[in-house]
Amino acid sequence: MTVATRPLVDIRADFPVLQRSFNGKRLVYLDSGASAQKPRQVIEAMERFYSTSYGTVHRGVYELGREATEMFEGARERIAAFVGWDPACSIYTRNATEAINLVAYAWGRDNVGEGDEVLITEMEHHSNIVPWQLLCEDTGARLRYLSVSDGGELSLDELDAVLAEGRVKLVAFAHVSNVLGTINPVEEIVRRARAAGAVTVIDGAQGVPQLPVDLGAIDADFYAWTGHKALGPTVGMLHGRRELLKEMRPFLGGGHMISRVEREHSSWNELPWKFEAGTSAIAEAIGLGAAIDYLAEVGMENVRAHERDLTHYGLERLAEVDGIHLFGPRELDRRGGVISFAIDGMHAHDIAELCDREAVCVRAGHHCAQPLMRLLGVAATARATFQVYNSREDVDALISALHGARKVFRL
Amino acid sequence: MDALYRDYILEHYKNPRNFGMLEPHDLEFHDHNPLCGDELGVHIVVEDGKIADLRFHGQGCAISQAAASISSEELIGMPVEEVEGLDAEWVIDQLGIDISPTRRKCALLSLKVMRGATTGDASWPD
Repeated sequence: MTVATRPLVDIRADFPVLQRSFNGKRLVYLDSGASAQKPRQVIEAMERFYSTSYGTVHRGVYELGREATEMFEGARERIAAFVGWDPACSIYTRNATEAINLVAYAWGRDNVGEGDEVLITEMEHHSNIVPWQLLCEDTGARLRYLSVSDGGELSLDELDAVLAEGRVKLVAFAHVSNVLGTINPVEEIVRRARAAGAVTVIDGAQGVPQLPVDLGAIDADFYAWTGHKALGPTVGMLHGRRELLKEMRPFLGGGHMISRVEREHSSWNELPWKFEAGTSAIAEAIGLGAAIDYLAEVGMENVRAHERDLTHYGLERLAEVDGIHLFGPRELDRRGGVISFAIDGMHAHDIAELCDREAVCVRAGHHCAQPLMRLLGVAATARATFQVYNSREDVDALISALHGARKVFRL
Repeated sequence: MDALYRDYILEHYKNPRNFGMLEPHDLEFHDHNPLCGDELGVHIVVEDGKIADLRFHGQGCAISQAAASISSEELIGMPVEEVEGLDAEWVIDQLGIDISPTRRKCALLSLKVMRGATTGDASWPD
């Protein structure tokens, strides 16, 4: 198996924070699913922009403004190409949450009404639940959930059955579950939803950072993701279908998103700027461009292969820990680099606290997926997530920390 | 010995005192820690203005469970009106360990629930 075009030791060296140690222990960062660390290429790109080319975009007649605009729009073009989508239909947002809210407000409020249904799944992050709850409250539509099986997967038969009732206006679902790691059959879901006349929204927050993503092939109506989980800064992206974006009303009103402002009404700027009110996070967008360049250089096929290997190794080694429960699909082809687990007799918070003493960062809690936690019958799980800079040695450090934690708890 | 997970903390976590349900009860409250989703409820029986008996129920980490268990022994017999005057320091003293900012809400959840049941004010204790 190809791991990466460059040896992993080199990749780790690109991430300044990973050179830190805590109490003499090498930092082992296993929380990239919450937010990933940044390579110096990203940090330097942003520093370079601020040091040499900073200016606001789409305004300045002066050279500095032109440079900033070129860098900002150049990043958009490379980001769009990276996921196989039209840059004019690729909108910078604050984060994935804002991208989903944009759809819920600008498309949802005008197209969903009483008697309609919004279909989501039981494995969604709160960012892909709450905007739809608010939409349903405002419009009188009904929110429905597709169930998650004991193996952590969705059922296409159930999807077909719900769609066949003929009331679903919109289907929103995760590309990859942030708790179970499940890689959902996105193309299949989109195809079936479209055939039933429903618009699709994919939460790709855990997809883009670890999988090769071809939005042309997935063919969803909307796809949202965020830069900070993909080695970049905190800036989000929404990719949308041109026909829908064109007919939608704006999300936020203000500067830059207009074509002309009269006293009583205004007309809108072209795509994608119609949806980018106010001054964007310019340096962050440029930083995300650098993150995408970095991932493209490593190669997303290699990133996926590397994370698959770590997940395989992680599942195998975690199973050695007494009293452990592992959540999510066992089939590696249907699972991303996410492992949620619980240990009998020890709460997830205590697991994370004791791992931290060994400089091993894992997440503990509900992972912003409380409905799924209730389904799994736990208040919280511990979670390890992998990125390109992790190694098998990181998994070994986690296992050793878990054995130590059980000892502290006299288990 | 571990500075946080001391023997008595683990002992209270594994064998919490006054845990379960109490039927019938006079006061009750249920709340959660939004950071981690941990939940804790309390049932209280009042006699002559005092907490005659109480039971906590729910799930949480060693710190939140030990805090509930240890403080329950102090709370039984206490006049109900005194609960309002209990603060974060009181719970942390009861626990007898240093609590980092990231675990503070774990330690305070049981007092939050107690105050919710006795005063109706379920804000986080200072």
